[in-house]
Amino acid sequence: MPAGLNRALLTVAGAVVAIVLAVAISSVAITAAGASPLDAFAAFFDFGATPRAVSNGIAAFLNRAVPLFIAGLAVAVGFRMNLFNIGVEGQYRLAAIVAAYVGSTFEAPAPIQIAVIIVVAAAVGGLYALIPAVMKVTRGVNEVIATIMLNYVAINIASYLVRGPFAGQRAAGQLTTTTPQLPESAMFPNLNFLFEGFGLLPPTRGGGLWGFLIVAIVLGVVIWVVLERTRFGFNVKASGLNGPAALASGVNPKTMVIAAMVLSGAIAGLIGLPEILGDKGAFNSNFTAGLGFLGIAVALLGRNKPVGIAVAALLFAFLDRAQGPLQIANVPPSVITIIQGVTVLLVVVANEVTTRLALRLEERRAAQQLSSKTPVEVAA
Amino acid sequence: MSADTLATAKPAVELEGITKRFPGVVANHDIRITVEPGTVHAIVGENGAGKSTLMKILYGMQKPDEGTIRINGAEVSFRTPSDAIGVGIGMVHQHFMLADNLTVLENVILGAEPKKVGMLDTASARRRITELAESHGLRVDPDKLVEDLGVGDRQRVEILKVLYRGARILILDEPTAVLVPQEVEELFQNLRELKADGLTVIFISHKLDEVLGIADAITVIRRGTTVASVDPREVTARQLAELMVGSELPTPETRESTVTDVVTLRVAQVTMEADGYHAAADPAKLREEGKRLLLDDVSFEIHRGEILGIAGVEGNGQSELIEAIMGIRPAHGSIELDGQDISQWSTLKRRESGIGYIPEDRHRQGLLLEASLWENRVLGHQTRKPARSGIWINRRASKADTERIVKDYDVRTPGVDTLALALSGGNQQKLIVGREMSGEPRFLIAAHPTRGVDVGAQAAIWDHLRNARAAGLAVLLISADLDELIGLSDTLQVIYRGRLVAALDPSDITPDRLGGYMTGAIAGTEET
Amino acid sequence: MTRLSKYHLALIGVAALILLMSLVRVASGQNDITSSGTFAAALLLAVPIGLAGLGGLWAERAGVVNIGLEGMMVLGTWFAGWAGYQWGAWAALLAGLLGGALGGLIHAIATVTFGVDHIISGVAINLLGPGITRFLSEVFYKDGTAAADAGAGFTGSPAITSPAPTPSLPLLSDGPDLLGKLEGTHWFLLSDLAGILRGLTHEVNVLVILAVLLLPLTFFVLWHTPFGLRLRSVGENPWAAESLGVNVYRIKYLAVVVSGAFAGLGGVFLVFVSSKYVEGQTQGRGFIGLAAMIFGNWRPGGLAIGSSLFGYASGLQLRSTGAITTVFLFGAVLLLIYLIIRVRRMLSPDRPAELAARSAREYTLMAAAAAGMVVLFWLWLTVDQLPNEFVYMTPHVLTLLVLLVASQRLRMPKADGVRYRRGEQH
Repeated sequence: MPAGLNRALLTVAGAVVAIVLAVAISSVAITAAGASPLDAFAAFFDFGATPRAVSNGIAAFLNRAVPLFIAGLAVAVGFRMNLFNIGVEGQYRLAAIVAAYVGSTFEAPAPIQIAVIIVVAAAVGGLYALIPAVMKVTRGVNEVIATIMLNYVAINIASYLVRGPFAGQRAAGQLTTTTPQLPESAMFPNLNFLFEGFGLLPPTRGGGLWGFLIVAIVLGVVIWVVLERTRFGFNVKASGLNGPAALASGVNPKTMVIAAMVLSGAIAGLIGLPEILGDKGAFNSNFTAGLGFLGIAVALLGRNKPVGIAVAALLFAFLDRAQGPLQIANVPPSVITIIQGVTVLLVVVANEVTTRLALRLEERRAAQQLSSKTPVEVAA
Repeated sequence: MSADTLATAKPAVELEGITKRFPGVVANHDIRITVEPGTVHAIVGENGAGKSTLMKILYGMQKPDEGTIRINGAEVSFRTPSDAIGVGIGMVHQHFMLADNLTVLENVILGAEPKKVGMLDTASARRRITELAESHGLRVDPDKLVEDLGVGDRQRVEILKVLYRGARILILDEPTAVLVPQEVEELFQNLRELKADGLTVIFISHKLDEVLGIADAITVIRRGTTVASVDPREVTARQLAELMVGSELPTPETRESTVTDVVTLRVAQVTMEADGYHAAADPAKLREEGKRLLLDDVSFEIHRGEILGIAGVEGNGQSELIEAIMGIRPAHGSIELDGQDISQWSTLKRRESGIGYIPEDRHRQGLLLEASLWENRVLGHQTRKPARSGIWINRRASKADTERIVKDYDVRTPGVDTLALALSGGNQQKLIVGREMSGEPRFLIAAHPTRGVDVGAQAAIWDHLRNARAAGLAVLLISADLDELIGLSDTLQVIYRGRLVAALDPSDITPDRLGGYMTGAIAGTEET
Repeated sequence: MTRLSKYHLALIGVAALILLMSLVRVASGQNDITSSGTFAAALLLAVPIGLAGLGGLWAERAGVVNIGLEGMMVLGTWFAGWAGYQWGAWAALLAGLLGGALGGLIHAIATVTFGVDHIISGVAINLLGPGITRFLSEVFYKDGTAAADAGAGFTGSPAITSPAPTPSLPLLSDGPDLLGKLEGTHWFLLSDLAGILRGLTHEVNVLVILAVLLLPLTFFVLWHTPFGLRLRSVGENPWAAESLGVNVYRIKYLAVVVSGAFAGLGGVFLVFVSSKYVEGQTQGRGFIGLAAMIFGNWRPGGLAIGSSLFGYASGLQLRSTGAITTVFLFGAVLLLIYLIIRVRRMLSPDRPAELAARSAREYTLMAAAAAGMVVLFWLWLTVDQLPNEFVYMTPHVLTLLVLLVASQRLRMPKADGVRYRRGEQH
C-alpha cells in the first residue's frame, strides 16, 4: 500500500471513531434530557412532510454549508502554516457591512455590481487581516492575541456603522437597524432550477438555493490548487512544518506571514456575502454571527484540506438544519451545538493520536523494509 | 587518596548487560561499565553511539529492556529521575535544564524545596547554596535570573543543583560542548575539587584530548555497546579514536590539489553584533566600544576546486558565519560570489545563484520531517528546475529527480513518497547532500556533514564532497571532527571567538596542534 | 531595582494619577471622573475581568495557553444562576466555581494528556461552553418546570435568592457618611480622594472583597510556596522540572483546573451583578481578562492594573456618556508629560553615544507623540459623546497598543503553549 494512502485511511478511521463517540455522548445527553435519541436522529433526517418543505430543508442545509465552507477555507490557509487566524469572525463582519454599504451606493449591470461587491468584501477582509500580520512581522506580536482583540474591535465598529454612518431607511415597526437595501442587480441569481432538474419543487424560503454556492465551489477548487500544487502552497506547507528549514531554503517568513494572513482575511471577507447577496440584500444588526468561530471548528474537522473542509461544512450544516424538527420531536435543539463541539474536540484528539500512530507505523515499516539490506543503526 | 582504598570500596556504579531497543533500532546492547568511587570516569563514543540513551537509563529517564544497575553495590530499578536522585545520582544535561526566568536559587531548589510553614524557606536555601558554592568553588549569585548568566555560570548552576540534592555520583553529558577553553579549564578544576571531596563523576564526551586530560578511567562505546575499558595513562588519542570508530582512521592522504586560481567566494571583514543588527553601526567603532561581537572581521577566499575547512570549538561563531553567508542573519562586511557582491541579496537569491547548504542540524534546518522525500527534494529548489514550472511545483519531475538522488547517493528508502522521518540519520543526510549537489552549485557550505551518521554513510559523503571538489566546486567545510577537517580540506582556518585566528596547511598539522589553536592555547601565529 | 524602591515608585505613581484625574475633573467639569458611583461600578466590572485574568495567569504560568476562558466563564454563569436561585449566593459561588473547573478539566485532558494544540482546544471549549449551557437551560428551565414558574426561560435563570451581605465602612461611608459629604463638595483633590474611597467601601459585597483578596493570594501561592515555584518552572521549562522529579502532568492539570475555576468565579460575579443568569452575559469578558493578563505582563500586579483600568473605563461610560470623552484630555496630558521627559533627556549634555545614533527614530517618535497629543486635544474639544461601541473596544485597543509598543519587553512564560510529553526532549 502506498504510504500516503495508508496515512489517509488512518485519518479517516480516526475521524469516524470520533464522530461515533460524539454521537454516543450526545445520545447520553439526550436521554438525560428525557428525550429519545432515536427520535432525535430521526429528526435529523426529517426534511419535512410536504415536497415543498423537503426542498426548503435541502436549500436551508446547503445555504448554511456555503458560508461555513468559506469560513473553514479562510481559517485553513493560516492554520496550514501554523498561523492562527482567530480573527476570521471580525474580518467577515467588517467586510460584510462595508461591502453591503458600498454595493448599495451605486447601480450597475449585475455582473459588475456583484463583482464589485465581492472585490470590496475580499479587500476589506484582507486589509483587516493585514493589521495583525504587520504587527507580527514588525513587532513580533502573537497573532492569536492580536486577532482576538481585533475581533472585538471589528464587531463594535460594525455595530456602530450599521446604526450610524451606514444606516439605511428603517421600515416602520422594524426593530433592527440595517444598511440600505442593495439594488436588484446585486442579488446573486439563485439555483432553484437545480431542484427542477431533480424533479423536486423549487424552494421558496430564504431566497431559495443561493447562487453563491457556485462561487464557493470555485473558491474551494482554487484554494486546493493553490495549496497543493503551486510554489506558494509548497512554501506555506514548508513554513508550517518547519520554520527554520523553510527560512534556510530561501522562503522569506515575513512575506509568507503577510501573504497567508491577507489571503486568509480576503477569503474571510466573502463569508457574509452568500446571505447578503442571496437573501437579505443588506447587512442588519441581527446578521448571522459566529461563522468565524465555527469556521475554525470546520477547518479542524476537515484537517485544513479543502475536501475535508467541504465534508465538515456539510456535516455542520446538516446538523444545524435540524433545529426545527428537533424542537418538534421534543428534543432540546441545542444538542446540535453539543454534537458539534464534542465532535471537534474528539476529532482533534483523534488527529493527535492517529498522527502519532501513523508516524510510528511509517518508521517501523521503513525500518522493516530496510532491515534485510542494511545493518542496524544505533540511535543517539 | 591512594589507589588501595579505592580498590577495596564497592563500585559506585555497576552496569551489567544493559540493553535498550527502540522500534527498529537497538540503541544499547549488553553494556558493561564499572565506575569506582571517587574517580572521574569518562565514557567516550561517537555521536550516535548510544551514550545519551545509556545516561538516560542511568538517570531513570528511560527503562532498560534488559540488564541490571547496581549503585554502591545495591541493585536498583529506576522508574523516574526522582528514584535516581534518591540514591544520590545527579545529572548535568548537555542542553541545560534551567528555567530562564527563574533565579539561580529557584532553579537550584526546584523539586527539593525547603519549607517553613508551607512557604518557601528562601533564607535557609540561600545559606545552603552559598555554603555549597564556597566549599566546591562554584561561585554564582543565587538571586540572579538565569537568563542573565553566561554559559559557564549556567553549568555551575547545574552542578549546584545536583549537589544541592546531595548527589554523590554526577553524570555530566558532553559538558564541554558549549564551553570556551577557559571555561573548560574552570570546569575541570571544579571537577577535580569534587573528586577530592570523594564524589564520583561520570563524564561523557567525544573530545578525546579533554577526556585524556581529566579522566581516571575510560570506557569506550561503539554502536551501542561497550568495546573497551582503558587506562588513560596507557593510551594515546589516536588509539582511543580508533577504538571509537572501530577501524583504522582515514589518514589524511596526500592527494593532488584541484585548487585553481579562480576565486569563487570572497568574504571580507564580515562582522556581526551580538545584540542585534544595526545597519548604521560602524564595525570598527563597535570594536572600540568593546561590544560583544559574534563575528569579528572575518575575511577569507575560497577558490574553485578548493575545500576550506573551518576548525573551532562549537559556539565560536561558526553558525553565525553560515547565517551571514546564507543571508539568514544580517551582518556587516562584504560577501562576493564569483566577483558579484551578494551581501544585500535575499537567501533565495543567494541559493538561486548557486550556493548549496548542508545545514548543521538537519532536523531543524534541513528537512521537513513530516513531508515526503520528494517534497524534501523540492525544499530550497522551489524556484528552480526541475521542481519549478511557472507558478507550479512540477511533481512528476521532482519525484523523478528524487529517484535519481535515491539511486546515485544510495539513500535506503522504501520509496520517494516515504516521510523523511522514517529514514535513518545517515540516509537523511545522504538525501540532503544529494539535494544540495543537484542545484549545480558553485559554492557549497557543508556544516558537520557527517554528524550522527553511520560509518558507511560517512565514507560515501566524503567521496561525494571530494568528487564535487574535483569538478570545480568550492566548499566551506565546518566540522567538529578534526580528522574529517584534516582529511578533506585544502586549507584550514581556525575560528576562535568570532575571529579567524590562524590559517594552517592540513598536510602538515596534527590534531594535537590544531586543538591548540582552537582552544586559544597557541595564539595568533599564522602559518601558510 | 530593589523591592523597596519599586514599592515607593508605585505609591508615587498612584498619587500622581489621582492628582491628574483630579485636575482633569476640574478642567472638564465632569464630576463622574472620580465619583464614588463610578468607582463602585468600576470595582464591580473589574472583578470578573480580574478573575478571568487570574484564570489565565494560573494556566499560562504553568505553560498552558487558555483562550477557553470565555467558555469556562460561560459555564460558571450558568451554574451560578442555577444554584443561586435555589440555594442562595454561597451555593452560586461554589457551583459557578465547579462549573468553570469542569471546563478547565476538559482543556487539561485535551492539552495535557492528548497533546492537542492549546489554541485549538480553547476554541473548542469556547464553542462547547455556550452549547452546554443552552442545552442545560433547555432541559432544566423548560416550560412546566418549577424553575420556569419562578421566571426562568431558555435564556435566563430565576433571580438568585439571599444575596450576600454588602457592608460599608461605618462612619466614613455609611451612617454619617463623611466621605459622601466630602465628595459632594467637589473640592479639588480632597473630594476626588473621598469619592474614590467611598466608591470602594460603600455597600461592597463581601464576595467582592474575597475576590479581590484572591489576587494577593495568587501572588503568594505562585511566588512564595514550593507548589508555586514548581508551577512556574513547568511553564518556563517543563523538561527541567521533569528532570528534577516534578510531576509536570499533575501540576499542569491542577493549574488548568484552577484556571477554569477562576474563570467560572468571574462568571459568578456577572451573575451577581445582574442578580440572575442571562444567556450571553459574559460578552467576551473572558477574552478581556486574557487581555488584562497580557497587559499586566503575566504578573498579578500588572493584571490588577489592567483589570482596574478596563473596569474603570466601562464604569465611567455606564455612569455618564459624556465623562468618557475626558479620556482624550487625559491621554493628551499623558503624551505632553512624555514629550517633556523626552525633550529634557535629549537636551541633557551627557548622553551615551548609543542614543545619539538612534536620534532619527527618536524624532519621529516625538513627532508622532506631539501629533497624537494635538489630535486627542482636538477630539476632546469637539466630541461630546462617545458611542458605546468605542468604549466597549477600549480594552482591546489598549491591549493592542501595549502589544505594539512593549511586545519586546513583555515576558510570557517561555514554554507557554508548548506541547509537552513526558520523556520527550524538545
